Amino acid sequence: MKAAVIVFPGSNCDRDVQVALRQSMGREPVMVWHKAADFETVDLIVLPGGFSYGDYLRCGAIAANSPVLREVAARAAKGVPVLGICNGFQVLTETGLLPGALLRNADLKYVCKDVHLTVETSQTLFTSRYESGQTLRIPIAHHDGNYFADDDTLARLEDRGQIAFRYCDRDGQVTPGANPNGSRDNIAGVTNETKTVLGLMPHPERLADPLLGGNDGRAMFDGLVEALS
Amino acid sequence: MTPEIVAQHGLSPEEYDRVVTIMGREPNLLELGIFSVMWSEHCSYKSSKKWLKTLPTEAPHVIEGPGENAGVIDIGEGLAVVFKMESHNHPSYIEPYQGAATGVGGILRDVFTMGARPVANLNALRFGAPDHPKTRHLLAGVVAGIGGYGNCVGIPTVGGEVNFHPAYNGNILVNAMTVGLAPADRIFTSAAAGPGNPVVYVGSKTGRDGIHGATMASAEFDEDSHEKRPTVQVGDPFTEKLLIEACLELMATDAIVAIQDMGAAGLTSSSFEMASKGGVGVELELDRVPIREAGMTPYEMMLSESQERMLMVLKPHKADLARAIFEKWDLDFAVIGQLTDSGRMVLKMNGQVVGDLPIDPLAEASPEYDRPWVATPDKPEIDPASLAPPADPCDTLRRLLISPDLCSKRWVWEQYDHMVMADTVGRPGGDAAVVRIHGSNRGLAVTVDCTPRYCQAGPALGGAQAVAEAWRNLTAVGAKPLAVTDNMNFGNPEKPEIMGQFVGCIEGMRKACRMLDFPVVSGNVSLYNETNGQAILPTPAIGAVGLIEDLDRRAGIAFAKPDQAIVLIGETAGHLGASAYLAVIEDREDGPPPPVDLALERKNGDFLRGLIQSGAVSACHDLSDGGLLVALAEMAMAGGLGARIELPEAAAKAPLHGWLFGEDQARYIVTLPEAAPLLAAARAAGVTAAMIGTTGGDALNLPGGHTISVCELTAAHEGWLPGYMDGGR
Repeated sequence: MKAAVIVFPGSNCDRDVQVALRQSMGREPVMVWHKAADFETVDLIVLPGGFSYGDYLRCGAIAANSPVLREVAARAAKGVPVLGICNGFQVLTETGLLPGALLRNADLKYVCKDVHLTVETSQTLFTSRYESGQTLRIPIAHHDGNYFADDDTLARLEDRGQIAFRYCDRDGQVTPGANPNGSRDNIAGVTNETKTVLGLMPHPERLADPLLGGNDGRAMFDGLVEALS
Repeated sequence: MTPEIVAQHGLSPEEYDRVVTIMGREPNLLELGIFSVMWSEHCSYKSSKKWLKTLPTEAPHVIEGPGENAGVIDIGEGLAVVFKMESHNHPSYIEPYQGAATGVGGILRDVFTMGARPVANLNALRFGAPDHPKTRHLLAGVVAGIGGYGNCVGIPTVGGEVNFHPAYNGNILVNAMTVGLAPADRIFTSAAAGPGNPVVYVGSKTGRDGIHGATMASAEFDEDSHEKRPTVQVGDPFTEKLLIEACLELMATDAIVAIQDMGAAGLTSSSFEMASKGGVGVELELDRVPIREAGMTPYEMMLSESQERMLMVLKPHKADLARAIFEKWDLDFAVIGQLTDSGRMVLKMNGQVVGDLPIDPLAEASPEYDRPWVATPDKPEIDPASLAPPADPCDTLRRLLISPDLCSKRWVWEQYDHMVMADTVGRPGGDAAVVRIHGSNRGLAVTVDCTPRYCQAGPALGGAQAVAEAWRNLTAVGAKPLAVTDNMNFGNPEKPEIMGQFVGCIEGMRKACRMLDFPVVSGNVSLYNETNGQAILPTPAIGAVGLIEDLDRRAGIAFAKPDQAIVLIGETAGHLGASAYLAVIEDREDGPPPPVDLALERKNGDFLRGLIQSGAVSACHDLSDGGLLVALAEMAMAGGLGARIELPEAAAKAPLHGWLFGEDQARYIVTLPEAAPLLAAARAAGVTAAMIGTTGGDALNLPGGHTISVCELTAAHEGWLPGYMDGGR
């Protein structure tokens, strides 16, 4: 399997996801600079966390119009899997590759902490190593992670099984108190209709090593390697 | 030049006479401005130099001590740690978000200027009384500013401390520390060399912000201080991130002769210091400086403190290589001058010389004062027996845990990205944060610490205690303490009492650093922290770094499992002078700070570190504010596990509240499966140790049937700060 990590000016989790991919793949992912209009053929494209272009204007808005994103969108249309983490998720909604938008957190503050997630579906490339209904502990770190979509869109996401993760408490209960940012229906991650594009606010690459306090994120990368090799 | 203009530039008449002597003529306004910032307290350390020189700065592992942008220590395996702490107090009071944000930006640049990739940020914050009308606004703004900058740049903010005291009502303290890692044989410094070599400006454009910030930071505040808002700079962390990557990329080549960030006093101090340290002259063509707005004068360009800018001297013929790297990162790059052999700084605009100053005479004649000082009088002891014992120690504990200084600071550090870079092994909330050295199983332990109420009560003991506690923080996670950076925050040094506090704190720090083999490798001084004549508490914040050779052999504060023996290491006399107990429960701030026995500190700490490194310990916490019971509660809350506490025989010597809440130094709590082997080893090493209880259950159970649930403690401890901040809505 070959993977590419897109590096925008202001990306700051590019190395972190590079480490997690290397650990699961046993080889280096390709690091692709934002000015690249083309890059080699890969089996997975990752948009990492950070503050692409300073997140000026709106989180992810400038990155969505960068040269490399035209190529990413074209490949996504052909079915190449794309994973967007945190700022990467924001870029994907700005690009229109995923529905909805990420608003400022409901309490208006940046938040960095471990949260619990319930796996809504194991029927995707990204979640095949998890069980549906499994509770994970994964960190978040964002100022604009408050997922919003209108009622019709939400209903469609539900119907088509596009909701990948929701925030929950440690016992797996999806409660308002377990929602760290005010997202609709506690949504933490969604896929496109064909389930080849996933965007999520939590950072699986940050807990993919027991020394860092947890390993729940690793199965996402292991699962991708298994599915795409 | 009128006396008014000289005074506006913060120079005394005597200092101005010296300017005229050096110049051999009256300076023009640009030249006066340059003297003004170079001789400001902030840049020249004129009041503090005499005393700073007495601190121990050398050890075999020190690569660069004070004097460079940051200190550098060797940690083996070809790596060096580069670190420094710096204040941004005055700007943060005037404009908390940008003041704090640019404080973080400035200290980051000090570290990556030397060739290091920053790997951790810390901060030490002091605010006024919680009921002061500005405190919420300042706290919210400073925390958001630190987060806004550090989060975007992508360096984890892993630790710090937050205190409140009315003495900071008019002068908050924002001290920011950055720790970086560099190849030990590729440290970059600021000494310029090679007349003819190009002087290159990179980073953001120069604007009219921050002009005379260094001069502002060298004066007291009064009612009109808010009018100084235009002297606060505005940060752009996105550009800083690009600057870090571009500089590190260029540093991997052999193009750079010298490099210096433009911090306080911007282009003036960076170009001046590079030339002065290298013993060369410099000629700048100011019309080549990238500017943000048209019509800027040479005076404004030289004194602007616009952020995210660096000055470099490149080797001949390397400018094109460097330009390509900076263009890749979309950063400004301009050759703005060259080094000369004239020994002078010559500034040109449109081909005309607009300033011409001798470099060495200006630097050498920089004032140095031996300011008069008086020692702080000793405070009478407080006998614990003279204080009424608490009816219910559990209630006393609860009250301590919801006090502003001891409450959980989660509200603060959850606004900081403390996990980016995926190497944060020990997160905020412990004795010291632990950051893995990327790609290895070694780690850096980092901490900041100071107890200003001790420094107020007895500066020498307080200074020693701050160093000892930082050393203890590192030891308690299993690290070998390596070196210190200091951030000396004091009032007006022209007052002998304030100068006495400074001298006392330095004396204590000197003794502690010597005794603990803990050299000072970098630092910063912030004086004139006074408003309307009211000085802050003396606050020598100590930042410290230690090394953990094996990350599998370290300790955290959380009770890890039930049925572990709880052992107290160290001697307890029940000292309550200047304690948190006295302040919170008795509403008194009198008494002397606790005695600091540095030999005992070292003996107990070395013993404990050996214990952790042997893998025998399941949890460890050092004792500080609030004493034994607060430390036990913190361990219980961190682990979500209770304990049954018994009093050892030795406890009978002190009244119960002295034993439970006294702040005697050089003490730790450890948990482990069996106490006996540890007690035997301690006896053999001459270390006092006593079993004081066992972990288990969901409550803290004290002698006499007193009990309090860990859940209740946690709710109280976690609840105070969010509740306080919400109260401002």
